[in-house]
Amino acid sequence: MNVAEIKQPASGTVPSQETLVEARDLRRVFDLSRPWLNRLIEREGRVTLTAVDGVDFSIRRGETYALVGESGSGKSTIARMVVGLLKPTAGSVSIAGTDVWAKAQAAEQRAMRRRIQMIFQDPFASLNQRWRVQSIIAEPIKAFGLITNPADRAERVAELLSLVGLDPRDGQKFPHEFSGGQRQRIAIARALASEPEFIVCDEPTSALDVSVQAQVLNLLRDLQQRLGLTYLFISHNLAVVRHMASQVGVLYLGRLVEEASAQELFSEPKHPYTRMLLDAVPDIAMEGIERRSIAGEIPNPITPPPGCHFHPRCPRVMAHCKTVIPPVEHAGNTSVRCLLYGST
Amino acid sequence: MSEQTLTQVPARRSSRLKNALDSDLIYSLRKSPLTMVAAVVTLVLVLSAVFAPWIAPQNPYDPSSLSIMDSFYPPAWEADGDPRFLLGTDDQGRGLLSTILYGMRTSLAVGFASVIFAMVLGVTLGLVAGYFGGKTDSIIMRIADVQLTFPAILIALLIDGVARGLAGSHAYDEIVFGVLILSIGLSFWVQYARTVRGSVIVEANKEYVLAARLIGLGPITIMFRHVLPNVLGPVLVIATINLALAIITEATLSFLGVGAPLTQPSLGTLIRVGNDFLFSGEWWITIFPGVTLAVLALAVNLLGDWLRDALNPKLR
Repeated sequence: MNVAEIKQPASGTVPSQETLVEARDLRRVFDLSRPWLNRLIEREGRVTLTAVDGVDFSIRRGETYALVGESGSGKSTIARMVVGLLKPTAGSVSIAGTDVWAKAQAAEQRAMRRRIQMIFQDPFASLNQRWRVQSIIAEPIKAFGLITNPADRAERVAELLSLVGLDPRDGQKFPHEFSGGQRQRIAIARALASEPEFIVCDEPTSALDVSVQAQVLNLLRDLQQRLGLTYLFISHNLAVVRHMASQVGVLYLGRLVEEASAQELFSEPKHPYTRMLLDAVPDIAMEGIERRSIAGEIPNPITPPPGCHFHPRCPRVMAHCKTVIPPVEHAGNTSVRCLLYGST
Repeated sequence: MSEQTLTQVPARRSSRLKNALDSDLIYSLRKSPLTMVAAVVTLVLVLSAVFAPWIAPQNPYDPSSLSIMDSFYPPAWEADGDPRFLLGTDDQGRGLLSTILYGMRTSLAVGFASVIFAMVLGVTLGLVAGYFGGKTDSIIMRIADVQLTFPAILIALLIDGVARGLAGSHAYDEIVFGVLILSIGLSFWVQYARTVRGSVIVEANKEYVLAARLIGLGPITIMFRHVLPNVLGPVLVIATINLALAIITEATLSFLGVGAPLTQPSLGTLIRVGNDFLFSGEWWITIFPGVTLAVLALAVNLLGDWLRDALNPKLR
């Protein structure tokens, strides 16, 4: 990623102290068992996968909270639980005090859904190829009944298209007539159509060319400043996270191992896993410094290692790491789940 | 690098017709002479069937215009032929040309109706099975599996037999076409359901479906407005090929004597009637309807094959 193309954070946006999104002890277990007849005959037990294992975080209004982690760490599962696509096994997610998963009146449910939107990873799969761009963008407006007059709605769609840097006349076209970056802009326009406060970005640039990534990231940040949006930004690309996020959470096998402000996390990583990730990041400024590649692979999440999940790969592993699940420790403004920072 | 669209939207075309002629489909049709012939043949046959009452020299359904004295005339070019009956007459004195035109009307109508019935049933069940998955899926697909173990014609015969028994032979003549459509339709829905289910399972996990769920749309809206347009391509191909199959199945049923009645013959009925006289020298009664049926089925099949290739993005 070419760092020079990314604008530095604008000084104007200071996240307020008000908490907009709050996840409490979020947990999701997938049942991977075979059909009961097979289990009965082959004397197998149930097989479960804990994708997300008790994750807490809170996002302040106007802030970008980034979740980073390798494939299989549970990032996308968290995203889907936060937007309300996947029911958590336990725990809760609330937006401005309203529980996303609580049983509510249809009208309340709609009002809450309107405030949360999502930008997906693959802009080739996230737009219905049989629909014109204007219908794609107009759909949330129609679904939430925001603008009922068709002429006004068309005007709003044109406005959204120019907001994301496309020509309003592009609404006549079909998605296949656009490049990946342009499609991602269309997806952003659709996400903005319902006037949300909170947008979950699930690896929004990982399917794009490097030269286009910066443009989409800049657009996302411009929009955040202009519309006061709050982002949950999911990525495995630390260079992207560094330039987007104000707060970062590092996930490992469904557990949040470290949580800190972006500045602190990148300058002073605490958890051995975070250090390992940062050591592996290619960076122009780090030229001459030897990069260490990440040792080992993420373990099979069906049978995670006991104690601290990270102990088989940890360079500073201690005897009790294999038996004790590390509690959350506070070191400065950082929360870290590692026995190295324990008070004992 | 500017990501703004550089190309302008082209000036809107003057007519929709021109737009349609420019499409990929028409282009690939123009490239294949065999398909062009098949399309023309299908068009001519369908049009002549639709306009049979205006084209046909006689009305074979009107008993008062028939004369038993006219029976068994050979085609007009034979020595004993009658210029009034170009393709000769059958045992009841009906002009074969007129009877074939009217018969094709029956065959095509039953064919189209049963294909549409099978398509609506199969596509709906396939959508539901694929979208909801789990138990719903298992139940629908197991029924489909069981049905596939019986030949289509056997199911059609079974339904026909049950309907005949329930209605009694007199009332049966009035509902015969409904029963034909029902029995042929019910024996062909499985193919649609399986194809659609497979495509829906792929489509339902795509992110545009998630985006639609995100704004709170219900499963029925998502299934029919979002998923259905994306799975219709293969359905269209199956429908075209099935049209030929349905026409043949109807002809088979009529040939076996459980289909269209003698008073309103379809092509299959005509072939059966002619079959009785084949060995006494009156070959034309069975040959002409037979050739028409073969040409019709072949032309529709060729169209279906072409459509399958033209709509397959991998072969473009």
